[in-house]
Amino acid sequence: MNYAYMPGCSSHSSSRDYEMSALAVLKALGVQLEEIKDWNCCGSTPVSSVAPVTSMALSARNLALAEEAGYREVVVTCSSCYSMLKRAETYYRNDPAAREMMAGALKTMGRQFEGMVTVKHILELMVYHLGPERLAAAVTKPLKDVKIVPYYGCLLGRPQKAFDDPETPTSMDEALRITGAEVLRFDRKSKCCGGSVMLTKQKAVLRLVEEILWEAADRGADVIAVACPLCQLNLDAYQTRVNAEFGTSYRIPVLYFTQVLGIAMGLDKKHLALGKTFVPAGRVVNI
Amino acid sequence: MPDVRIGVYVCHCGSNIADKVDCAGVAEFAGGLPKVTIARDYQYMCADPGQDLIRKDIKDHKLNRVVVASCSPRMHEPTFRKTLESAGLNAYFFEMANIREHVSWVTEGREQATEKAKALVAAAVARVFYHEPLYERFADMNKRTLVVGGGIAGIEAALKIAASGNQVVIVEKEPSIGGNMAKLDKTFPTLDCSACILTPKMVAAAQDENITLYTYAEVEKVEGYVGNFQVTIRKKARSVDMDKCTGCGICYNKCPAKVPNEFDEGLGMRKAIYVPFPQAVPNKPVIDRQNCTYFQKGKCGVCSKVCPTGAVDYAQEDQLVTEDFGAIIVSTGFETLDPTLGPQWGYGRYDNVITALQFERLVNASGPTQGKVVLKDGTVPKRVAVLHCVGSRDLNFREYCSRFCCMSSLKLAHLAKEKTGGEVYSFYIDMRAFGKGYEEFYNRVMEEGIHFIRGKGTEVIQRAGELFVRTEDTLLGKYREVPVDLVVLNVATVPRADAEKVAQTFGIQRSPDGFFLEAHVKLEPLKTATDGVFIAGGCQGPKDIPDSVSQGAGAAAEALSLIEAGKVKISPVVASVDEARCGGCKACLALCPYGAVDFDDEKKVAVVNEAVCKGCGTCAASCASGAMGVRHFTDEQILAQIGEVLAV
Repeated sequence: MNYAYMPGCSSHSSSRDYEMSALAVLKALGVQLEEIKDWNCCGSTPVSSVAPVTSMALSARNLALAEEAGYREVVVTCSSCYSMLKRAETYYRNDPAAREMMAGALKTMGRQFEGMVTVKHILELMVYHLGPERLAAAVTKPLKDVKIVPYYGCLLGRPQKAFDDPETPTSMDEALRITGAEVLRFDRKSKCCGGSVMLTKQKAVLRLVEEILWEAADRGADVIAVACPLCQLNLDAYQTRVNAEFGTSYRIPVLYFTQVLGIAMGLDKKHLALGKTFVPAGRVVNI
Repeated sequence: MPDVRIGVYVCHCGSNIADKVDCAGVAEFAGGLPKVTIARDYQYMCADPGQDLIRKDIKDHKLNRVVVASCSPRMHEPTFRKTLESAGLNAYFFEMANIREHVSWVTEGREQATEKAKALVAAAVARVFYHEPLYERFADMNKRTLVVGGGIAGIEAALKIAASGNQVVIVEKEPSIGGNMAKLDKTFPTLDCSACILTPKMVAAAQDENITLYTYAEVEKVEGYVGNFQVTIRKKARSVDMDKCTGCGICYNKCPAKVPNEFDEGLGMRKAIYVPFPQAVPNKPVIDRQNCTYFQKGKCGVCSKVCPTGAVDYAQEDQLVTEDFGAIIVSTGFETLDPTLGPQWGYGRYDNVITALQFERLVNASGPTQGKVVLKDGTVPKRVAVLHCVGSRDLNFREYCSRFCCMSSLKLAHLAKEKTGGEVYSFYIDMRAFGKGYEEFYNRVMEEGIHFIRGKGTEVIQRAGELFVRTEDTLLGKYREVPVDLVVLNVATVPRADAEKVAQTFGIQRSPDGFFLEAHVKLEPLKTATDGVFIAGGCQGPKDIPDSVSQGAGAAAEALSLIEAGKVKISPVVASVDEARCGGCKACLALCPYGAVDFDDEKKVAVVNEAVCKGCGTCAASCASGAMGVRHFTDEQILAQIGEVLAV
């Protein structure tokens, strides 16, 4: 089974570990992702915050490229890319004015989009399309005595509700439960991590991150599993700074859910890029 | 056909039409149309001089058809039909062209508007040529009224009708009448005890010889039409013989099976054989078979053993009764939004987040804590938050305002302060104190030292065992997290879960918010699309007690005006069958939304019950042989009309 794949900017830089583990896990499940040739920025925060409509044209170009290459589905790992591409897809189908704008922009590039491509997040692909049975069959080294909180971040169900509930999503819970780990209740599973505001209003965002870390620690989580590069960065790289700011002593590894799945599937740790986190993955990796 | 002589009258409607339409020009145009004898324009056709003009012309010019080009027929068609009748013409030789709502109010240019008005007038003239005289008929009116739902609105309606000497039946699906009001502790703005003002009415309803109570009963089927409804009612098996039971209460004191008490909103426990609350009417128990040990496991039988009068009857079965009524008042009330739909409010996640109705039960002396406001651990909260608009005025849940929520939140804040003596925080978006004495009540509660925070309580979180309400305080312009011990959510008022089923049973439509739809939002708030079926109270939209009582009384007046008239008018605009052409395929029988088409097995043709038919035309449109038609909407009338609209 082959799907078009939109990596997004972070997959080739800060979240190389997400991409590597996602590709490895999918390969083990018999799914091949093929990178869209000449893909461009999804139009996320830097563009959409100043030109929300035009930013959709950027996403539309990626969809048009996938369509031209003969794909019907684009798989996305990054939540922000997912939100942007899904928005372009939805508006293209349902909003005549936005469709006209996107079509016009594509025309200047000598391209067109027929609206035949559907955007899927990798969580959606794994849990709702490949299905739990297929994931379960691939688990060879079930995780024992590991407590995980699933942290979805804000963008998977927003701005439009797509494959999971915006407030209480459950798809990652389901995927993680298959690994044998104990998946804990996590009330802040869809709270905002602060995203890129970390760069401009750090104090405000550290408060958001602290609250998420607090609940994870309070519930006794060994790992926070995430599905978004920016969530991973904010929760992992800023833990030291949170501790300095609030006098706390959090030290919770933040892994992509694909890495957790990969461990349980017994995949080669090199392919899961487990050594890239600021807070070492420690105990979970050594199982 | 005798010579057709048509009069056309173009109304200015003051400036409503004349500002956009050249009325004199339209009249002049109409004067040139075939069969038009006279055409005039006039300031106000609906006023007496306007009507006199028509009457005089009918006499002087021997008119036998009339067209008025003015407003929507919904407003003045009956007026002009009466004008024709008073001049000796059949009322159905009249046609109205709507050049206000359909032209002047919605068309931009004067020229365009005038052209469209001409087209509509030409169409009306072409149509009226084919009109035929039709005659209204009358059916007898059954004097009994059915009230569905025994909350405050239904009780009030029943009492008013009974006082006139007419018979009423109240069908209530719970074991007792009383509705939502019975659950409340105090009522705003006067703070009188809810039960103290409700129970006298409940008892009066039970004692009134003109009122029959069917509690623990539901309406299954409604047949017939205004004046002559046949209603099938399911009287659910109570498992207690109402005649033998004295209401002594030994059975529920001894019953060993405990169940969460729905009357206390799940806070306390009741028994499997129970009376929902101490002042229940009738004050006789019912067995909840789902939770009864005897019914589930075949043993126990304690209630039967201890009953001194042998009233417990395990063998009792549901009873179906069919009764005749002339009018129906639907007052089935409302529910509140399921607070778990918004996980951000913390309900179901955190122990000390409760709903407004749960709080009412906590402060009530007959509630699960005998009136003490306590947390799950039994201690008295020192800080209480009351959140307005939980799920109301929120596009993610309910767009509308729940209307009484501000005032009930103020009352809850007052009660929280009175019962706990602690700090009370009220989180509101806007304060809507619209009713008599409401603003005064708001002022009073403010003086009691309640902290009013103008900001929607958007989120309730718990951290290290402490609850926090998050809000944007729009007066301070600051984000705030307020630590509290107890959160009271005043959740949105919503239609009952079975509203669709009830709507279908009684032929009621629903508005986009899901509540029952009135015939006209301002002028017919109690009527519905079905003649003889009225609505009252919270089933039509969120309502406080004064509004519900007013509507109950109003619905009683609607029913009584039918009853006192003694007869109901049956419109002649109904379907009719050309028996010679009917092939007997029965397609129309299944399609009729009102069940108005029957089948004559002897002649093998469809038969229309004219009293039930609404003239919607579904049958006529579907009839393959063209045998079915609707009077006053014949093919030649409609085709003539369409032809002219397209021709101009």
